[in-house]
Amino acid sequence: MLQIGDKTFASRLLLGTGKYPSFQVQKEAVNVSEAEILTFAVRRMNIFDAKEPNLLEELDLKKYTLLPNTAGAKTAEEAVRIARLAKASELCDMIKVEIIGCDKTLLPDPFETMKASKLLLEEGFTVLTYTSDDVVLARQLEEAGVHAVMPGASPIGSGQGVVNPLNLQFIIEQSNVPVIVDAGIGAASDASYAMELGADGILLNTAVSGAGDPVKMAKAMKLAVESGRLSYEAGRIPKKTYATKSSPDTAMIE
Amino acid sequence: MELHVNGETLHFAKDTMTMLDLLEAYDIEEKVAAVEKNKEIIRKTDYSQTNLEDGDRIEIVHFVGGG
Repeated sequence: MLQIGDKTFASRLLLGTGKYPSFQVQKEAVNVSEAEILTFAVRRMNIFDAKEPNLLEELDLKKYTLLPNTAGAKTAEEAVRIARLAKASELCDMIKVEIIGCDKTLLPDPFETMKASKLLLEEGFTVLTYTSDDVVLARQLEEAGVHAVMPGASPIGSGQGVVNPLNLQFIIEQSNVPVIVDAGIGAASDASYAMELGADGILLNTAVSGAGDPVKMAKAMKLAVESGRLSYEAGRIPKKTYATKSSPDTAMIE
Repeated sequence: MELHVNGETLHFAKDTMTMLDLLEAYDIEEKVAAVEKNKEIIRKTDYSQTNLEDGDRIEIVHFVGGG
């Protein structure tokens, strides 16, 4: 089970809700993924079109924990403002702190990220912080009290998978709070690999929403996260340079 | 009165209105949303007691798809 703050989850896959080809496909992908935590962004409502459909109206909200993000914020102040608005919906008290410091790589601004995380913790939020794979920063975020650290596997939406497994491993080893690998996952093998390294969960969006068949990929990701976790718990064999026979040398036919 | 709602300037015939009146005017009072008046969060239970004044800056937000 995955425990974040005072909540417990059976699924270790957290799913983003952006950029699906249609509401119908999204709904089905969410369903098939068996994710229990869904991320959202906070944006201005088009008040002139009250009939405009919203994904939330399509979902059984009792089944899901909403994880709004602070995407769009470039400073701690902006992130706190978005987080407060998200909480005012009265649907959630979790927040994904996401403060981008570079438009090209979408890597987070470490200083504003730390500042916002601390401010939101003081206000009683359950804070999940998107961070780079910087090992020291991840430790300092944990020391500040965040409920989960969420290092990227590679840049958001890049689909490059885990580009620095060593740093992820260091972060996983040192952490006493859940480590959720967030961003950069491209295929099921990436998710499985990150889980095999010992990650507590995977947060992904584009890998599913942008896949040729998002519903099928949602299923693949569910299985990958589960198999990666099982593989981690089972304990893999050590890597060796040379071969070792798996069949006996004895009782050979002559 | 004049209100700045989600970045747009809107004119209303009424001189006094509450946040609830504003949301009802656009038929969005039942929607999942959150509201700020001049950068202060207004709680749902306070919509009907929150008076709006000429020039107020209102933000009405909701959840959209995101990662």
